[in-house]
Amino acid sequence: MSFVKLTASTLAIAAVSATAAAARDNVQVAGSSTVLPYASIVAEAFGENTDFPTPVVESGGSSAGLARFCEGVGENTIDVANASRAIRDREIEACAEAGVTDIIEVRIGYDGIVFASQIDGPAFTAFTQVDWFNALSPMVLVDGELVENPHTSWSDFNADLPDAEILAFIPGTKHGTREVFEEKVLLIGCEETGAMQAMMDGGMSEDDAEDACLSVRTDGKSVDIDGDYTETLARVDANANGIGVFGLAFYENNTDTLKVATMGGVEPSTETISTGEYPVSRPLFFYIKAAHIGVIPGLKEYASFFMADEIAGPDGPLAQYGLVSDPALAETQAKIADEETM
Amino acid sequence: MTDATATPDAAPAPHRKKGGSLLELDARTRKRNAAEARFKAYGVIAITIGLLFLVALLFAIIRNGIPAFTQTFLTMEIVLDEETVEAAEGSIVATSQYRNMVAEALQVKLADVGIETDKEPRDLMLMLSPGVGAEVRRVVQESPELIGETVEFRFLTASRVDGYTKGRVQREDLARDRNLDATHLDIVDELMDQGVVERTFNLAFITGSDASESRPEEAGIGVSMLGSLFMMIVVLVCALPVGVAASIYLEEFAPKNRLTDFIEVNISNLAAVPSIVFGILGLAVFIQFAHLPQSAPLVGGLTLALMTLPTIVISTRASLKAVPPSIRDAALGVGASKMQAVFHHVLPLAAPGILTGTIIGLAQALGETAPLLLIGMVGFIASNYPDGLASGFLDPNSAMPAQIYEWAKRADPAYYERAWGGIIILLAFLMTMNIIAIILRRRFERRW
Repeated sequence: MSFVKLTASTLAIAAVSATAAAARDNVQVAGSSTVLPYASIVAEAFGENTDFPTPVVESGGSSAGLARFCEGVGENTIDVANASRAIRDREIEACAEAGVTDIIEVRIGYDGIVFASQIDGPAFTAFTQVDWFNALSPMVLVDGELVENPHTSWSDFNADLPDAEILAFIPGTKHGTREVFEEKVLLIGCEETGAMQAMMDGGMSEDDAEDACLSVRTDGKSVDIDGDYTETLARVDANANGIGVFGLAFYENNTDTLKVATMGGVEPSTETISTGEYPVSRPLFFYIKAAHIGVIPGLKEYASFFMADEIAGPDGPLAQYGLVSDPALAETQAKIADEETM
Repeated sequence: MTDATATPDAAPAPHRKKGGSLLELDARTRKRNAAEARFKAYGVIAITIGLLFLVALLFAIIRNGIPAFTQTFLTMEIVLDEETVEAAEGSIVATSQYRNMVAEALQVKLADVGIETDKEPRDLMLMLSPGVGAEVRRVVQESPELIGETVEFRFLTASRVDGYTKGRVQREDLARDRNLDATHLDIVDELMDQGVVERTFNLAFITGSDASESRPEEAGIGVSMLGSLFMMIVVLVCALPVGVAASIYLEEFAPKNRLTDFIEVNISNLAAVPSIVFGILGLAVFIQFAHLPQSAPLVGGLTLALMTLPTIVISTRASLKAVPPSIRDAALGVGASKMQAVFHHVLPLAAPGILTGTIIGLAQALGETAPLLLIGMVGFIASNYPDGLASGFLDPNSAMPAQIYEWAKRADPAYYERAWGGIIILLAFLMTMNIIAIILRRRFERRW
């Protein structure tokens, strides 16, 4: 019967795969969707310039990538996790529990976070951290009193901003960008308005007050975007009043539909980010599982190729795409060469 | 009775007026007829709305997707100088050295055709795809005998130049763009007049592999098409025999009791389970438990096979049921065993229905993305052509719908256009499969 043959061949395929599964010859990468464009550019060039196959790069967010990274050691786990924030202590512990003890941290460079809206929409051209805190925090200071956020329009708290409904599309909690947004925008706004002091005066401990500063209102004026920047772009496209939080490189690819706002009076650009003038920037990282070096062919070569001057340097393709290159590149190169773990 | 015949009009139908004609419609009939006319009108309106949506959708897909099938090229000559090639091969990133070589040649080319510009070679290179260095290197490696000669290349232009020739990028959009400015477009205009830059059909979109974020002009759907093909082979090989065997047993041999009723209900329920659930199952069983490789079409195919199984079982059982009992009875009557009756008579008659169900199940699996997200088939993956059968099943690959999803996520608007182009190709596949299913049904189906 032909069924018998078909079933037999199914079993044969399963058997072949079980043995072949033991030999993976390509590097597997997963993690931050902000780092994905850079990683894919490097992976492509790596495949073109070496005899190794092009590495596989998946996205899904920094936290999701690091969670997969910490699943354990072995060929069915990923070799490199991309992250748009530094690895947390909690994650290092989780890694150690699963047997991933030797991790090499590589800082790729810096990336800016920009605030952009429809090119023909209301004139959102200049923000400060205080504006964003007043717009998005669930508790704000009004006339020295800590009250539930009464603001519905940007002009409610800053007459220089347009009288447009507050509608912000911010990265969801699984994105590393969210953490940077919280720490470099909301927390600073919280401190500057005095809301944090007011919370501490009201009997909160410093840690609790800090946590309260980082929360955002849940009445629909702030929308968490768990997908990629294209989803944020689609939301901004559909709402004239909407303001999206984007990576600088994404904005620079879409200057025909988006206009960017300054933060604290500084225009975001690779120059202002590299000098540190633009306040909302963050380092990008990738993490290598040291136990896989020598087991997965091309892993160490991929890392040193990534950080070569011709790739990650100021004239390389990554800088061309929008990465602010790291001034301390030589140190990182040495770190990879010595396989220096955390 | 005599009364009735004597006075025929004495007991008229209560609703018909005395002396009313049969040909004249009374109020109630008119009402019923009007209701019928209204109902027909609703039907026509519903179909019109449906058709309008379909036309709008197809129009949007074709308008947005057709540009992806053409690409702008720039033809120029490069002297493959031996020393430069050697120096380039000595560098870690050889392709960037080849790129510099192209940059200098481009400046020479512009001077040759009489275009004056004070742009630096590096700045001029913004008009060409970032992948040109790799293309030169590939040619040098494939045919080393060309070193020292002048070779003509047909380079892809950068995605924004391509967008300009397609009308996607306007001059005013470039005012705030870091990559290209209006003076580049003046050069492009002049080169187009001279025939150095031209837009032609781009086969590489259909046969090519995925490209990185910075070079959408190179990206093609070919490798993920192979990924889909290998997955469909796995689905067919796993789901068809299992599904058909299960339905033959349930339909022809199994006793009708509570257990088989329970199984039947569960198969119907399984057909309605969201596909993402099968993805989670695939991740847990095939990758975490069975240790099969991640991102491999084999795992994708196995996961989709689970999803297709209920569809095949349901359609197979329906077509087995449709074979009249007289066929079985006749076979049994002339002394065939039950198994002979099923395999010699019932199954061949049910085959067209089974095939139709299988093809529709496969088409469904072909368009599925959600389960693939969880087993690592979405990302920058489809960049290596599989070399051989085993590598086709086991090496990381993507699938057509996953590739489209990935392109739609990327920053450069040129990728958006490619996502629409990918949709056209995927739709073409799905339509072909459905048409084959219809033809099979029309040709081989027997009615009793």
